[in-house]
Parts: sequence; structure tokens; C-alpha cells
Amino acid sequence: MRFVAVVKEDCPTCRLAVAPLAEMRAAGLDLEVVTQDEPAFPRGLAPRHDGDLAESHSLAIEIVPTVVAFDENGAEASRVFGWNKAEWRALSGLTALGADLPDNMPGCGALNVAPGMAERLALAAGEVELAARPIPVAADADPVEVAYDRGWTDGLPITPPTDLRVARMLAGTTRSPDEVIGLVPPNLIPCTVEKAAINAVMAGCRPEYLPVVIGALETALQPEFAMHGLLCTLAFSGPMIIVNGPVAKRIGMNSGGNALGQGNRANATIGRAFQLIIRNVGGGRPQEIDRAILGQPGKYSFCFAEDESDPDWTPLAEARGAPAGASAVTMFHADGVTGFVDQKSRTPEALCQSLAMQLWSVNHPRLARWGNAVLVLSPNHHDIFKAAGWRRPEIEAGLLQALKRPVADILEGAGHPLGVSKAQAEAYADADGMIDKFHPGGLLVVRAGGPGGLMSAVIGGWTGGRNPAEVRPVTRPLTEG
Amino acid sequence: MPDYVMRDPTAETAAVQRERRPPPTDLTGKTVALLSISKERSDEFMDALEPHIRAAGVETFRIKKPTHTKPAPEAVLQDIVERADLVVEALAD
Repeated sequence: MRFVAVVKEDCPTCRLAVAPLAEMRAAGLDLEVVTQDEPAFPRGLAPRHDGDLAESHSLAIEIVPTVVAFDENGAEASRVFGWNKAEWRALSGLTALGADLPDNMPGCGALNVAPGMAERLALAAGEVELAARPIPVAADADPVEVAYDRGWTDGLPITPPTDLRVARMLAGTTRSPDEVIGLVPPNLIPCTVEKAAINAVMAGCRPEYLPVVIGALETALQPEFAMHGLLCTLAFSGPMIIVNGPVAKRIGMNSGGNALGQGNRANATIGRAFQLIIRNVGGGRPQEIDRAILGQPGKYSFCFAEDESDPDWTPLAEARGAPAGASAVTMFHADGVTGFVDQKSRTPEALCQSLAMQLWSVNHPRLARWGNAVLVLSPNHHDIFKAAGWRRPEIEAGLLQALKRPVADILEGAGHPLGVSKAQAEAYADADGMIDKFHPGGLLVVRAGGPGGLMSAVIGGWTGGRNPAEVRPVTRPLTEG
Repeated sequence: MPDYVMRDPTAETAAVQRERRPPPTDLTGKTVALLSISKERSDEFMDALEPHIRAAGVETFRIKKPTHTKPAPEAVLQDIVERADLVVEALAD
């Protein structure tokens, strides 16, 4: 029998275990002592220093001290960790081992399982192999500048995707690195989990955000989302990610004050990672296949979570068919944010009318069934509906009613060259000559924002939404996270 | 492999080494910067070259690095980007 003991000096239990280890050695047992920190510890026992922790990693040490017993074939027979008099005596066969010591003393965490070490050691041991090709960076070059030069960024600096960072990112998902998430437009390139992870590193994501990035990508690659068209459009729109369910809270997303603004790492980097994947994997770049006339700043990143803290409120994903309580993402083709300020309406009817005025401006006030929209209802505006007993169904019905308009007022050529075409009027106007602003299901209501003001937001949608059979917002539950 | 390596975030359809931009097929209407790196006799080379370029109806202008011992400062690079379509660089004697 051969024994290997792994210890570190910065552990009271290891210091206590020096005496029984010396006893084992004195009894003639074949004992090697491996030290994780101080090379000379424990003095007198001729320790071997595991400076790179490779041996500790290969032995799968979690606690120090650990003593592993190997049989004559070199296979592990048993192990003990921490100090436990009975267990150590059984392992060593020395019935009087540690006679003066207490019966039990728990060990300490091993250095090889310190935070962030596992992936470093797995890489060093060749247990994690990355398939993406390595891009060497010259010794005098700045990796961030190299990334700019190679066209990898959206204009902002990226976090260099080193092997260690990518390996740590991959630890955020249970999926295999070589699993293909889908074909990313415009070049329809298969995007593996590893490529998504590399771009998530560059965007500044933490590993626990990766399932949301992957889920957003899977959702956007559904044919009905028309990601290719959204990318190529002349219009303003870019992909917007709305996150629902427990994952939002777990990864610290913002659904409260400034939910649509800056300052939250998860909100900022998940949306950015998505756009970097489109750019880098799919090849979708501004002024190339991205033909936007002006674009909008949300194309850097546009991602937020819904505030689900009000039990009266049915979350967006659930309203759109996701299981209650599930984590889900909704992808929307978003123009920029338009502020809605109404501090006078006090009844749900007045507020619906007021919101409808603003919502009619989406795309153009004289266009109907031309694009979709998201209404981000703030808690204070929601309170007005709540006080009147209105929940989501009543709010949506009230908005639908308020968003009807006489089609004659906005017909093409009726007072202005721009307007609803005759064909559209015939197709969509009802018996009373009224037309809805949006296609059925084209207005998404989501609750977010901070307290303290009667302000909400209208996020207009892509004009491609005028073809509802081809372009629709998509909601999907996340498969993990 | 060098000490610092990044993993490629792209579809890997481009070469690891960045490719040069293709040369223009036509010089009509283009402006050529004649860049001296400030080594000996580069002016002499430019003096000989410039009339040929001008004779072809192509505009030129002269520009110099302050010293050949260091990379061109940002102002020189920006000046070239702003004013020129092509660069002829006179390296050494």
C-alpha cells in the first residue's frame, strides 16, 4: 500500500495532521507528502511541492488534508479527508495513531478548487479543448487593439477571449461546447456553444448569463423572427431581449429603475453578446449587410427583465404561452425608446386613450398594421389600472379599443400623401370603418421600471412587422437556467 | 505558441493574418501620398517618382515621418487617411 497526503500550511487541520503523518512515516509506511502552498511544509517530512496544483487536480482533492491509499496496482483503494482519528487509523492500519489528538477536526478547502482554479487546471490538464482557432497576440501588442483591428468589436472595447476566460464561460452551461445552436444569418454559419461563449466573454458576460445568451439566440433563429431581415433592414430596428422568470433574478438583471438604461452588467452584456454573435459568427456588419439608414443606440445592446413582483400581473412570457414560473426570453424587433409622460390620467380609460395617442406614432401616425410595438408599463401607471381592478386582459382589451381609428382619417391621399392604402383599408377596416393600429398580438405589454413617476415607454417595432405571417415577436422558455 | 492567445470569435472564413486591401484597378481621381520615412535620399526617390505619377493625371502630396526610428505618429496617419487614397512609402537609401 502506498499513501499520498495532500496538505497546505495555511490550514490548522493540516498543521495538526503533521504529527500523525510523521507517525505513519516512522512506522515505515510508504507515505509521500504533497504540499500546496509552502514548499517546505511540513518540515522533516520531505514534502513535494505541487506548485501548479496539477497533482492535486489529478487526485481530485477538495479538502486538505486528504490522504489517499493506493493498492499494489496503483489504483485508489480509499481516502480520508480532514482529521478523523478512527478513519485515519483504519486507513493506515496504525491502531494508536494520533493518540493525543482530538477525535475529529474538519479540514480546509484545497487550493485547486479555489474559485476559478478548476477551469485553469482542466485546461492545463488537457481536459478542456477549445476548437476555435487560436489568434496569437504579439508580445508588444494590446489584445484589445488586436480585436479592434480584426473587426471583432461593435465599437466598444471587448474583454479578450483567452482560453481561461472561454473555459470559465463554458462552465456556465451544461451544453457541450461543440453543440450547434443554429445557423446564424446573414452567412448562415453554424454557431456552436463555444463560439457563443467566446463572444459572451468579449461582451463582458459572466458565465451564468450564457444560458440566456444561448436562449436568446435560439429564439431569434426561429424562422418567424426573421433575424436575417431584421439585420438587413433599412429601418432602425435591432434585436431586443426581454427576460422573464427566475433566471432574471438569479443573474441580477434589472427590471426596476432605469431598466432600459445603462448600469446593469447582465442587461448590458447579454444584449451585446447577442449582437457580437450576429456580427462575428453570422457576418452581419453595419454598412455591409446591415443597411440601416440611421440605426439606433439599442443596437449595441437592448436587453431587460420584466418586473414580476406584482402577483396581480401576468408576466409577458406567460401571457404569450410560456409555462407559468418558467424562465423565458422574448425577442422583439425594436426601434428606440419613446418616452410616454402622462401625469394627469387617473382612470384606466383615460390612460388607455392617452397611451393610444402615443402608440399611434409608432412607424408613423398615419400608418396602421405596419409594425408591432412594446409598451413598457411602469409600476405607477400600472397602479392606475390596478386600482380599477384591471389586470392584463382588461388592459390589453382597453388598449385595443382605444387604438381603433376611423380609417377615412388616415387614408392615403386624404389630406396627406402618406397613409393607409385602399387595399389595407379594405382588408382591415371593420363594419364601422375603424382600423386597428396593430395586427392581432402586435402590441406587447411588459411591466418594468422604477417608482416615483407616471412615465412609461413605447418601443416601436420594425416595419417588417407589417407582414405578420413572416415577422413576429417570438417567446421561448429557456432550456436551462 | 506566444504567451498571449485569443480564441477566434468569428466564422473563421478569413485568414489568421489580416489580408491587405486589394490594389485599386484605376487611379482616375485618386490622390497618392508620397510618404518619406525620413531616411537618407528618400526625397531624391520621391522627386524622381512624383512627375511620373502627376503626368498620369494623378494628384500627389508629400508627407514625412518625423523620424525613421519610430512608427508614424497618429497625426501623420490621420493626415494620410484624410487626404489620400494610396500611399507610396520611400523606405531607405
